[in-house]
Amino acid sequence: MQFSEQWLRSRVNPSLSTDELSYLLTMAGLEVEDVVAAAPAFTGVVVGEVKECEQHENADRLRVTKVDVGSGELVQIVCGAPNVAVGVKVPCALPGAILPGDFKIKPTKMRGVESGGMLCSGKELGVPDEVDGLMLLPADAPVGQNIRDYLGLDDSLFTLKITPNRADCLSIRGIAREVAALTGSPLAAWDIAAVAPQTDSKLAVAIADNAPCGRYVGRVVKNVNAAAPTPDWMKRRLERSGLRSISAIVDITNYILLEQGQPMHAFDLGKINGGITVRMAAAGEKLVCLNEKEVALTPDLMVIADDQQPLAIAGIMGGLDSGVTTASRDIFLESAFFQPEAIAGKARALGFGSDSSYRYERGVDFALQTEAIERATALVQEICGGEAGPLTETVGQLPQRSSVTVRTARVARVLGVALAAEQIAAIFTRLGLAFEQNDAGFVVSAPSFRFDIEIEEDLIEEIARVYGYDNIPADAPLAAQTMLPQPEGLRLRSEVRRLLAGRDFQEIVSYAFVEEKWERDFAGNANPVRLINPIASQMSVMRSSLIGGLVDTLAANLNRKHSRVRVFEIARVFHKQADGSVQQPEVIAGLAHGGRVDEQWASKAERVDFYDIKADVEALLYPRMAEYRKAAHPAFHPGRCAEVLLNGAVIGVLGELHPQWVQAYGLTNAPVLFELAVEAVEQVGRVQLAPVSKFQPVRRDLALVVAEDVSAAAIQLAMKAAASAFVRELALFDVYRGKGVDEGKKSLAFRIVLQAADRTLVDDEVEQAVAAMLAAAQAAGAVLRA
Amino acid sequence: MSNVDVILKEGLAALDAVTDLVELEQVKARFLGKSGALTELLKQLGKLSPDERKTAGATINAAKQAFETRHNEVRDGFNAAKLAAQLAAESLDVTLPGRGTTPAGLHPVTLTLERITSLFASMGFEVADGPEIETDFHNFQALNIPENHPARAMQDTFYVEGGDVLRTHTSPIQVRYMLDHQPPIKIVAPGRVYRVDSDATHSPMFHQMEGLWIDQNVSFADLKATITEFLRRFFERDDMQVRFRPSFFPFTETSAEIDVLDEQGRWLEVGGSGMVHPNVLRNVGIDPEKYTGFAFGIGLDRFAMLRYGVNDLRLFFENDLTFLKQFN
Repeated sequence: MQFSEQWLRSRVNPSLSTDELSYLLTMAGLEVEDVVAAAPAFTGVVVGEVKECEQHENADRLRVTKVDVGSGELVQIVCGAPNVAVGVKVPCALPGAILPGDFKIKPTKMRGVESGGMLCSGKELGVPDEVDGLMLLPADAPVGQNIRDYLGLDDSLFTLKITPNRADCLSIRGIAREVAALTGSPLAAWDIAAVAPQTDSKLAVAIADNAPCGRYVGRVVKNVNAAAPTPDWMKRRLERSGLRSISAIVDITNYILLEQGQPMHAFDLGKINGGITVRMAAAGEKLVCLNEKEVALTPDLMVIADDQQPLAIAGIMGGLDSGVTTASRDIFLESAFFQPEAIAGKARALGFGSDSSYRYERGVDFALQTEAIERATALVQEICGGEAGPLTETVGQLPQRSSVTVRTARVARVLGVALAAEQIAAIFTRLGLAFEQNDAGFVVSAPSFRFDIEIEEDLIEEIARVYGYDNIPADAPLAAQTMLPQPEGLRLRSEVRRLLAGRDFQEIVSYAFVEEKWERDFAGNANPVRLINPIASQMSVMRSSLIGGLVDTLAANLNRKHSRVRVFEIARVFHKQADGSVQQPEVIAGLAHGGRVDEQWASKAERVDFYDIKADVEALLYPRMAEYRKAAHPAFHPGRCAEVLLNGAVIGVLGELHPQWVQAYGLTNAPVLFELAVEAVEQVGRVQLAPVSKFQPVRRDLALVVAEDVSAAAIQLAMKAAASAFVRELALFDVYRGKGVDEGKKSLAFRIVLQAADRTLVDDEVEQAVAAMLAAAQAAGAVLRA
Repeated sequence: MSNVDVILKEGLAALDAVTDLVELEQVKARFLGKSGALTELLKQLGKLSPDERKTAGATINAAKQAFETRHNEVRDGFNAAKLAAQLAAESLDVTLPGRGTTPAGLHPVTLTLERITSLFASMGFEVADGPEIETDFHNFQALNIPENHPARAMQDTFYVEGGDVLRTHTSPIQVRYMLDHQPPIKIVAPGRVYRVDSDATHSPMFHQMEGLWIDQNVSFADLKATITEFLRRFFERDDMQVRFRPSFFPFTETSAEIDVLDEQGRWLEVGGSGMVHPNVLRNVGIDPEKYTGFAFGIGLDRFAMLRYGVNDLRLFFENDLTFLKQFN
């Protein structure tokens, strides 16, 4: 809501500066978003009348004028504006004037002719208009008057951010009422007089039973001059409220909306067939609205109809055909109260709203309709003439204001400051809230202009607001001391993040909505969770994997000339289930590309590979030992991809990006990635302590030759299954191919550490244990290396 | 000069003349070896009378000791020189960078989130979490935002097929938590949230954190104190001015915007807060007569921007490593 400070001060004028007024409003909950001056600072400009205007002898485009500035003597001014002429009234800057931009006006000579000032355009005064040349003032502008006073330029435009609960402050009337309540300054009474009817002309108005219209006040005005110009004072107030002047009668309805907060509509009486009915639209009805949009009306929309057809969508927008124009002779004015619930959401559904629907859906003062239409009628007659008919008022269901109880003790409990009953009473009085006082507190009735006072808490907020939030103490709270649980078997999220960051992965944050293609390419997901209203087509589905975001981040950073990229992200992913529900687990995913370490004097330049990332995954899961199984995954190279299992359940995947995506996504070479369930990474479990043996461990190494397609894990698992209780460790420590090992085979070297808790092992035991494991390995296809 | 003195003098001279450890040992053998000059003298002691033997023995031993002392000095000298040479040879350019790689770091929003949750943890606030695709009930209705409420227009909502929404705020986490727990409740709920909006100060996905404290007598004064304390600790400015300004949120009554005075003397809005609306408490099965509480919400991205002086929100989501690595 934008308005002129001068306009507000014409109703209530507290002794506060503009800044102080702004602070007051903000701290009362009417947030001032912006205050701008109506015009920049300048001095020394008065209303002048051009009395003579001659061609300059030495310059084609200059004229020499004599201007009356009210000083008794005409001032000679040389002027180059195309629209200068005898008789025009224009702003005239006199010597000593300082115009915006610190432009000082001095007597001067122009092409040899004395010039004692400057005639000004709107642009030169910082108040641009649409005129090419001098700003033309009305014929009745008083010569010699300071232009700032004449145009009311010492004004500020306030823009308020009114919250949805404070519709009562969407007007000068409402803001003035609020300022008076907050400051105690007197509020100018509106004293709106009823206009005596000069004609009997009126329209019958009916409200259908099911139409949520609380009150409909109408009036005919005949023989108006709808083409009359809107007076400057009204134009100025409209413009300073952000509205353009359209025509006198439309301007008057807008003026009433701004001044009183009452939306009004003016129909062309000649376009109305029969009487007015406020009813719900019938299916199939149509209406072309003032914005020239044709609306297929639905039965949830309330309309203003005549005997034949809908004329307007109630509270939202009038129809194009029935609206007043400058050619209208007889008009019908509407001032109505529609229930907020009947209007709420409709503008959004229609795709357009209006200043009226904005107010109606928040709540218009339901006692205001008559006053507003009287004020509008008076303005119509003042500006456009005409004969007013009698008021017709039709009343439907009006809001019921139930009384609200507020307990003094509850106020103290909720706000944390004990206010005396007298203080509370004084606040209610200032706010214009009628109340009865009893031992426990107050019973309050909300006025017709407030739609946000229904429960005790609403009143507590009002009390706090007027008492001042600043005045409520902020002492440290008293509360029972408790400690937070700290499960030792859970790795904290921050530890997980730092673990990866410590291994040189940079954390990133990428959007949860992605291109549908990513889901297909990287997750094989043909049925992702789709957004109905995506912000862009490349952000249309919810991701089920973080891989796309990581690859995209890689590509973007390669473009930025980073050659080595290691990134990770923790986020939720979204899996659509067969029943339509969506699983939303958190996953942690990482990507590494480029050198194993930064290019560096001390380290060989080697590209990061599958086993580097596997080590990262192992570190993430440590001390839990996962199982890794060769797997097929749409994102990854089929020979370089493993699924990760804990206790037999798949908890993630790692692999090298499939060569086809390396090419398709413009990468130089394949990154290696992993993606794991966060829940699995966090479950580290409590320490399970084993006794430390005092006896000597024995180490035996076994080199086993197997075919290339036999996995190390297969051999290791076989050996593990055959291991005696005192085999403490079984680990692969070397893989060898080449001389001494046949083509197509590899040699796996295992370390076996044997140690009993209670005795030194004898040779026989050791040899038997190793032999059993060797036998198991042989059964799995291994041959002891010669 | 006795024979002993002559031999000692000769021995010392020989020790002084050696050029390496091998020579040194040869000289030692020449004088103290099995048939060394001093050893020979000792062997002859047996031929002397007991009195003479005592005197002569003492003289020879003194000479032997003097020889050994010098021998050790010379040997230590050689060893020291050898060590010095080795050390000189092994000297490194200590200014070369360390081997391997440096660690990376966390996203600035995460740094902010961790800092804030840990500040609140020190006041006993636990971290809660919840889904990002939410039902209309949890995101709106339970929070006192019915269908068609004008407040819905304040938050442009993403809808997914089937009618659920991408949560527009982290408040539904509170709803879920309150449905599962009775007071006292003291939580913070950080997470990603979504709104249909995109420019330098708005991102369609961003981060919020909500806080909630419900107990028998939690008041607006407690709200002011808790948030003021938090802001001062977070920004590390004990004198930071914080103001609470009336506002409207459907889910709080006695609602307040939170502003801080920045170093340029401007008031900056940093969050919203208020006493939990009785309807919200009722919606989740908590008796508003018995319990009161406050809730607040802040933008984690905005806090990160203020803290680190970032002026464009989009930088947080472009994942430019040159930008991100500055936070390491």
